[in-house]
Amino acid sequence: MTTAPDLTRLTAAQMAEGLAAGDFTSVELTQAHLDRIAALNPVLNAFLQVDTEGALATAAGVDAARAAGEELPRLAGVPIAVKDIACTQGIPTTAGSRTLEGWIPPYDATIVTRLKEARMPILGKTNMDEFAMGSSTEHSAFGPTRNPWDLDRIPGGSGGGSSAAVSAFLAPLAIGSDTGGSIRQPAAVTGSVGAKPTYGGVSRYGVIALASSLDQIGPCARTVTDAALLHEVIGGHDPMDSTSIDAPVPPVVEASANRDLTGLRIGIVKELTGEGYQAGVQARFDESVQLLRDAGAEIVEVSCPHFQYAMAAYYLILPSEASSNLARYDAMRYGLRVAPEGVESPSAEQVMAASRDAGFGDEVKRRIILGTYALSSGYYDAYYGQAQKVRTLIARDFEAAFEQADVLISPTAPTTAFKIGDKLEDPMAMYLNDIATIPANLAGIPGLSLPSGVADEDGLPVGIQILAPATQDQRMYAVGAALEDLLAEQWGGSGSVLDRAPEVTTGAVVQEAK
Amino acid sequence: MSALSRDDVAHVAMLARIQLTDEELDRLAGQLDQIVGWVGQVNEVAADDVPPMSHPLPLTNVTRADEVRPSLTAEQALANAPEAELDRFSVPRILDED
Repeated sequence: MTTAPDLTRLTAAQMAEGLAAGDFTSVELTQAHLDRIAALNPVLNAFLQVDTEGALATAAGVDAARAAGEELPRLAGVPIAVKDIACTQGIPTTAGSRTLEGWIPPYDATIVTRLKEARMPILGKTNMDEFAMGSSTEHSAFGPTRNPWDLDRIPGGSGGGSSAAVSAFLAPLAIGSDTGGSIRQPAAVTGSVGAKPTYGGVSRYGVIALASSLDQIGPCARTVTDAALLHEVIGGHDPMDSTSIDAPVPPVVEASANRDLTGLRIGIVKELTGEGYQAGVQARFDESVQLLRDAGAEIVEVSCPHFQYAMAAYYLILPSEASSNLARYDAMRYGLRVAPEGVESPSAEQVMAASRDAGFGDEVKRRIILGTYALSSGYYDAYYGQAQKVRTLIARDFEAAFEQADVLISPTAPTTAFKIGDKLEDPMAMYLNDIATIPANLAGIPGLSLPSGVADEDGLPVGIQILAPATQDQRMYAVGAALEDLLAEQWGGSGSVLDRAPEVTTGAVVQEAK
Repeated sequence: MSALSRDDVAHVAMLARIQLTDEELDRLAGQLDQIVGWVGQVNEVAADDVPPMSHPLPLTNVTRADEVRPSLTAEQALANAPEAELDRFSVPRILDED
């Protein structure tokens, strides 16, 4: 073992400073992460693909440019992981599905183009629930990702690969996608930070679609500032995405330097606390509220009475849109094609039905069937149509709440990380993990989760969620950064909750120790 | 309001072009019946005079000039095809034989 400082422990902001100061090179930094991935990914299964060659080539290019005195973007040379939902030209992209196994995109998603323009080495593609359907990453066709805090537990989902990679120091930053909480809930259960920008705030061109009126791309990181730095890189208008907002990126990096909460009105959403929330989750939340109050914020309670119907509305709207989006997997132009058994000269329709049965997992089948049913003649008004009306009422609840408060807060997830396998056979129990995150997707508003500590009963990390009005993303970064600072003061050490995470060990190392 | 039978699930699955096996139907039908019953809660809300919300952004139509831009070559477009022939996607028969 060397005594050199472990570069992977730095924040992305510190890495950028160190690179600019010449303390280390991007090749050294990138290699340190690749080494750690090589050692720990066999245990964690956070990455589905690792692009050693591509990442080191980008890093070497940045080092050469820096040596030549070239002006470089702030995060140039800082490595990043990309959720396997974003197309990467030349690197297999599966969305966690057997259907897309071995599929190599012929083009880059806009966010990937922006990472390349920012000259960030892309370490590889992270594991996820199939087509982002799930809250545990157990629905990946390529095996579950494990939580670095406890390898028998889930890292959240659908972006469990990204959350595990960031919290286990395999990558300082990662891309996530959040349709009902897939960035924020994984962040909460792994002790990391995740932000879902305002709907339309980040381009989705080249991102594999789940539910188009809900999907949003966002940053995964270990600090609020790091998340803001990545948000700034990937955010902003893209003419290739007709739902992208044509306005400048909100001043999120500036906001993350904020420490002043004086006079800020913070609303506690009554319907998203108390009953149904694990004792340790509620306790850490209450402590954060007290810290915010002591720092000069005005705490108010707000009520959003229609949130009790948010889950039901979401599980009609999402499957309906997904059933339509996933119709593209027809076994004709790309993706898995299998012939039905015992049929001589099968038709295209029979091949499609057999291929989709073979290529999709149970959760994808459940949601496609549910969505097809909700949209079918005779049921449309009672299900999809009614869910859209409830969606309006939820958006109105938020509007009223934001008249009383500048930001809203709640626990991010009702429990800490549960055991792998615990909820796999009970879809309804799995769905309820996203009870606090889903309303934001329905209304299109931004949300951020940061660690609020660990639960006394199990020693596992807990997250607090901050919600802001649409296009006011900077508010959640400002409050998040201030709270992060207050918590760090209390905790001491490096100020990160990850100080308390056990070191991830490989099976081989454990055996050696015996 | 929950009444999704095993036959209903098989029918909807075929509309969605998924050929479920008998074993899958046994497993999924019960779960789907439970989920459909649960999502039916949306009907407890009186919302007759509430407009439906399809999308969070107040977007109207977004257009662009009809100009030729760089796009995929035939080779790139066909690179991931299960079968290709003569620069085209090759598909199973699309008509019934009788």
